[in-house]
Amino acid sequence: MTSPNRPRSFQEIILRLQTYWAAQGCAVLQPYDMEVGAGTFHPATTLRALGARPWAAAYVQPSRRPTDGRYGENPNRLQHYYQYQVIIKPSPPDLQDLYLGSLKAIGLDPMVHDVRFVEDDWESPTLGAWGLGWEVWCDGMEVSQFTYFQQVGGHDCKPVSGELTYGLERLAMYVLGAGHVMDMPFNDPGAAIPLSYGDIFRQTEQEYSRWNFEQADTETLFRHFKDAEAECARILAAPETDAAGRRIPMAHPAYDQCIKASHIFNLLDARGVISVTERQAYIGRVRALAKACADLFVTTDAAQVPT
Amino acid sequence: MPDLLIELFSEEIPARMQARAREDLKRLITDGLVEAGLTYASAGAFSTPRRLVLTVEGLSANSPTTREERKGPRLDAPEKALEGFLRSAGVTKDQLEARDDKKGQVWFATITHPGRPAARIVAEVLERVIRDFPWPKSMRWGAGTLRWVRPLHSILCILTDESGASVVPLTVDGVTAGDRTRGHRFMAPDAFAVTGFEDYAARLRRARVMLDPAEREAAIRQEAESLAFARGWQIVPDDGLLSEVAGLVEWPVPLMGVIEARFLDLPPEVLQTSMKEHQKFFSARNPKTGRIEGFVTVANIETPDHGETILAGNQRVLAARLSDAAFFWENDLREAKSGMAAWAEGLRAVTFHNKLGSQADRIERIAALAREIAPLVGADADQAERAARLAKLDLRSSMVGEFPELQGIMGRYYALAAGESDAVADAARDHYSPLGPSDEVPTAPVSVAVALADKLDTLTGFWAIDEKPTGSKDPFALRRAALGVIRLVIENNSRIALLDHFSRGSVLAARSALGIAAQASSTIRDIYAKLAGVPASDLLRKEIVTALLKDGKNGDKEPESFYVALAEPEIFAANLLAFLHDRLKVHLRDQGIRHDIIDAVLAQPGNDDLVLVVSRATALNAMLQTEDGKNLTQGLKRAGNILAQAEEKDGVEYSFGADPKFADTDQERALFAALDTAEPRIRQAIADEDFPAAMTAIAALRAPIDAFFEAVQVNTDHQITRRNRLNLLSRIRDAGRQLADFTRIEG
Repeated sequence: MTSPNRPRSFQEIILRLQTYWAAQGCAVLQPYDMEVGAGTFHPATTLRALGARPWAAAYVQPSRRPTDGRYGENPNRLQHYYQYQVIIKPSPPDLQDLYLGSLKAIGLDPMVHDVRFVEDDWESPTLGAWGLGWEVWCDGMEVSQFTYFQQVGGHDCKPVSGELTYGLERLAMYVLGAGHVMDMPFNDPGAAIPLSYGDIFRQTEQEYSRWNFEQADTETLFRHFKDAEAECARILAAPETDAAGRRIPMAHPAYDQCIKASHIFNLLDARGVISVTERQAYIGRVRALAKACADLFVTTDAAQVPT
Repeated sequence: MPDLLIELFSEEIPARMQARAREDLKRLITDGLVEAGLTYASAGAFSTPRRLVLTVEGLSANSPTTREERKGPRLDAPEKALEGFLRSAGVTKDQLEARDDKKGQVWFATITHPGRPAARIVAEVLERVIRDFPWPKSMRWGAGTLRWVRPLHSILCILTDESGASVVPLTVDGVTAGDRTRGHRFMAPDAFAVTGFEDYAARLRRARVMLDPAEREAAIRQEAESLAFARGWQIVPDDGLLSEVAGLVEWPVPLMGVIEARFLDLPPEVLQTSMKEHQKFFSARNPKTGRIEGFVTVANIETPDHGETILAGNQRVLAARLSDAAFFWENDLREAKSGMAAWAEGLRAVTFHNKLGSQADRIERIAALAREIAPLVGADADQAERAARLAKLDLRSSMVGEFPELQGIMGRYYALAAGESDAVADAARDHYSPLGPSDEVPTAPVSVAVALADKLDTLTGFWAIDEKPTGSKDPFALRRAALGVIRLVIENNSRIALLDHFSRGSVLAARSALGIAAQASSTIRDIYAKLAGVPASDLLRKEIVTALLKDGKNGDKEPESFYVALAEPEIFAANLLAFLHDRLKVHLRDQGIRHDIIDAVLAQPGNDDLVLVVSRATALNAMLQTEDGKNLTQGLKRAGNILAQAEEKDGVEYSFGADPKFADTDQERALFAALDTAEPRIRQAIADEDFPAAMTAIAALRAPIDAFFEAVQVNTDHQITRRNRLNLLSRIRDAGRQLADFTRIEG
């Protein structure tokens, strides 16, 4: 990386992305306070991609993929990692250029690097969502996912949202020239107390890997899955008006339960207790929740063009 | 004669869709223009990742003016009728002409359809084509409703003649056509105007875009080869990858890199697959070591540092990828060396089909079948069974999990690491073959045994659970499996009576299916236990299945087809053989043997031995090419027809006792003599399976048979003579029947 503009730490890359997308007019949100598998699960993307109301948000989302845990030993794989997510509705005509601008902002000058848009259609069977787009390659490495949402929760997206997802660790390792994720500087290497990614996450990766693969109590998890499913259904079935006669459908609380079910499913999957055939059935159950939440959300104010 | 240039400029079009899109654009536009009355001299379509381009040369400037005559009402028709006619024809009364008609004078109108300018037609056709373009997958974007493969940014559409270029006025969903385009995304992003195709292509080239995909492919190939040559290496050819990579760049810049020494011990297939699938790199082989030691990546940009940063980045990504591969390889090798028990155990949890059980169940069946087939193909039964048990274990390896296309190839490496013999390891690699009509067929005996067992299990298994191919639907690729069996047997000259193995496979599969069903029903569980406990004596099996069938009926549902497969596997075997015969006809038709010839030999005994079927058919086919053969067929058919009529009339079968002493004519006596000579020859040739000799022997009957029919009337009033002649004909019929059912030969 010959660029003099090069960031020095993981957090600097995040900060530059925040600054860049804030300058493009995005609301810079904070991570959702639940365990999710990807930034897409944040209601700021899943739910807000629905309906006609314009939307522009950017945020970091801690993401958990229990099956990817490697006890902190694999240079590239983590069970807990960060995604940077940008969602803009309707997708602006210059979204590709805006995206390339963000690469420049973190020190990847497309005049020196080889940036390519390579076909990659995105689909989330658990969210009943799909879109077309690319994975973006920089010098042969996938640095982002670029998607035009076509459907979410079984609903056509009208207008279409443009979604950008950056895998922050991988991107940062590339920009910072780190060979192992744990060696990557998290704060500035010149700080009084320099912290590497490993200083912060090596131990947690070990602990969660052990818990995910060996210890998580499957009976409890199965029960929690059922509970989340039941609670989601109960919330959705509740009358739309409250005791005082106000119309307050509860799409977001219901969707929280959907997120919960999805994550519990991921944990059960990591524990290896879900067979191939059951797998499809569980994914279908989560999708049913996502669809029901989407059905309700599109009837709410947040899905309508403000008058 | 103007020239037309169209460019549809969008965000990146998937590489795999570009070739088809070029063809579609050319076909749809030119068809539309011609339909509207225009003509053109030539057309060409091009694409880059961001543009789809069509040039049409020598287009007519207008569609021709056409005249149409329309007959109206009679002159004395009511005023209303005339008014209606004028309205529909779009003319006034003074433009009408009165003409004589059969029923008196009638009004005629001549309507002129004026020609239309090319620009108007182009605009209509292009808009329609854009709106209905047959992309395999298309999308909407922003707040619009138009669908395109990715967001469509601009339309360039100009007609150029001697007086210059003019933009075709056209707006599709807010995108207005113009005469401007852009160059390379990074190296020449500014817009510029063009005046025609040549100007367009030349300016694009200056703006770092190579328009023609064929030129990009050639440039990549040439540069990659010369980079490799400089190091004494060779590029591993891969046309699919070449065309994909050419669809990913507008300005190809091949760069060569070296694979780090620590990865060179990975199997070459792993290096090649990892580099191709993940990175779209070409592999470079060092002919001195035979190893893959380098790669070529194709960048889309020329940089001030001549690609140094790009290559360094690609090297790092590759190193990470290959570290993963090396990690998988080392883990897998460790498991392989320890005997692969964990993989075998793992396959118990992998469902093959929910009615046929797990992959482990399947392996059991294949092992049993491989054992039985082994001696028939010259393989050792223990080795064949061993190979069958190992062949699919690599499905659980990390490497095959990452690269499914390496299944079998990794199996061979892991079997060798486990200390297995070459024959067993090769069978692991080869047992999926042949996968298609042109795929190579294994020849090593152990490989042949396992490959056959694998396909027999697939066929009998899906037959037993009634999942047969219908029409164009063949979700389990049973036609491919059938062709695999046919090619394995024929090309290895393997003499196997397939019916026995079909029956055996049906029973094995049905038992698996019963085992699955037993998990859900206590009745079936009891029966299954009874069946599993005892070696399957036919009596017991039938008794059990009768009970099952009864159970199925009592439950008000159709009995499962695998109950029947268990009770009467012979029926399933025969049914499956018919399916195989159909595929054999298709296979042999491609080799020039007509279906009726195959039908004629399929009527012979031993038709489940495909080697026999094919050698009979080949010999018959050769004979039927000769004059003797064609006439003999007629003679045999005539003999057969006369006999059939007489037998029907008399209610007896004429089959024995022809005696030369009752012969009246020389021709009859000659036929007796010829049969006396031919019959033992035919018998002997058939016993020797020398079908060409058998055909020669029977062809020798042609002349005496012809002469016989020429001179002799079979159905005479003299009953003894008639019976004798009919019995003589039956000797002819029998001679023919030993070789084929000649009544099925057409013509």
